[in-house]
Amino acid sequence: MVQLGTDLVKRGMAQMQKGGVIMDVINAEQAKIAEASGAVAVMALEMVPSDIRKAGGVARMADPRVVEEVMNAVSIPVMAKGRIGHIVEARILESMGVDYIDESEVLTPADEEYHLLKNEFSVPFVCGCRDLGEAARRIGEGASMLRTKGEPGTGNIVEAVRHMRKVNAQVKQIANMSPDEIMTAAKELGAPYEVLLEIHRLKRLPVVNFAAGGIATPADAALMMELGADGVFVGSGIFKSESPEKFANAIVQATTHYQDYELIARVSKEIGTPMKGLEIASLAPEARMQNRGW
Amino acid sequence: MKIGVLALQGAVEEHIHAIEGIGAEGIAIKSAEQLNEIDGLILPGGESTAMRKLIDYHEMMPALKDFKKPILGTCAGLILLADCVEGSEAHIGGMNIWVRRNSFGRQIDSFSTELTVQGLDTPYEAVFIRAPHIDRVGEGVEVLAMYGDKIVLVQQGNKIGCAFHPELTDDLRIMELLKEQIQQSKLAQPSNVL
Repeated sequence: MVQLGTDLVKRGMAQMQKGGVIMDVINAEQAKIAEASGAVAVMALEMVPSDIRKAGGVARMADPRVVEEVMNAVSIPVMAKGRIGHIVEARILESMGVDYIDESEVLTPADEEYHLLKNEFSVPFVCGCRDLGEAARRIGEGASMLRTKGEPGTGNIVEAVRHMRKVNAQVKQIANMSPDEIMTAAKELGAPYEVLLEIHRLKRLPVVNFAAGGIATPADAALMMELGADGVFVGSGIFKSESPEKFANAIVQATTHYQDYELIARVSKEIGTPMKGLEIASLAPEARMQNRGW
Repeated sequence: MKIGVLALQGAVEEHIHAIEGIGAEGIAIKSAEQLNEIDGLILPGGESTAMRKLIDYHEMMPALKDFKKPILGTCAGLILLADCVEGSEAHIGGMNIWVRRNSFGRQIDSFSTELTVQGLDTPYEAVFIRAPHIDRVGEGVEVLAMYGDKIVLVQQGNKIGCAFHPELTDDLRIMELLKEQIQQSKLAQPSNVL
């Protein structure tokens, strides 16, 4: 018997991306640069997060023409973002054969109360999280991959660091609990009990967890790997830098060899100026994308 | 017994876990020098284009081509081992096979199924993720499993090529095939006997 769209197949796809860099691209040309630099996947969208911030208004799923253009340009997997809770955007992306959907807070949420019930789809989903409660809720809905929310489009790593440390510290707590404490943890975290039981048994998250939201330099990417990320998403960092090809290549090297500091120094010398960053305190609470979704 | 896993990108931890499952020591390989320490090598699943890029950047290709001990390549690793890759140049090579990338379709077409594998007495649950398949094989290559009309598991001497992901399930029988090859090659090389 052939089984499609199972957890094994959906989570397995994300496991194959481990140690890699997933890059935001807005057209075929950028997708090809990303692929040639050693990206493990590309995220097709209409604007990178920093431009979404500037443009304001409602940010939606990318135009299907952009998604198709990117899919036709590369042989590596193509991901695309849909709005939180937008069932139809997700179904459209699934019907187009996108390899992974990001139910993303970078776009304007379509539903402020409910996330997608992702286990009803055959296509796998990645979702953002700030802590273990949020991570476990998304896994409970069927997310096959997680990423930190960080603060997208800022080029400031501080929020991604906070979210990665928080999730990993909470995973350790669950792993070390006695079984009779887990229901109370589920209550306190607002997390599905079964997901916490699985984390307790495995002593780790049952899906891979990438870093995202603010990675602007090779050193940032390496820092997130050091803190336990399984890989990194780079949004605005690459194509908003002075020299995208060199930058993309340097981020890939730094992610693979995150403890080889001489190498990171070497690749960092050749890349010019990174994107300009934003101080998180300068963002009004309503401008913080990480507060979208629950 | 020390088995290395090429650790540039992909499902490295999963393979190391499986290696420990067959009672061997798993080593993440990030440089050419480390290849001298190991008795066998696994080229894991991941993205073959990304792995190739990283192999070249660190000038690991000559050492990988010269590696004569047993090798298991899974998914992307199978592509790296093929002498002919549809629509692209060959990478490490060494297996007389023709492979086609992403030949089952996109992620939505990824699947798991039970395969009959030559030499195993019960079916093997095989997980195919954006998997390649082997179009045809040349001289010296033994076909160990087919899925429909597609070749998905082959052996040539001490090299094993696998289109699916043995590291994603608890069934260690494909890993045991590699272990057997390593045991045989150790017996054949008196210098390795204490």
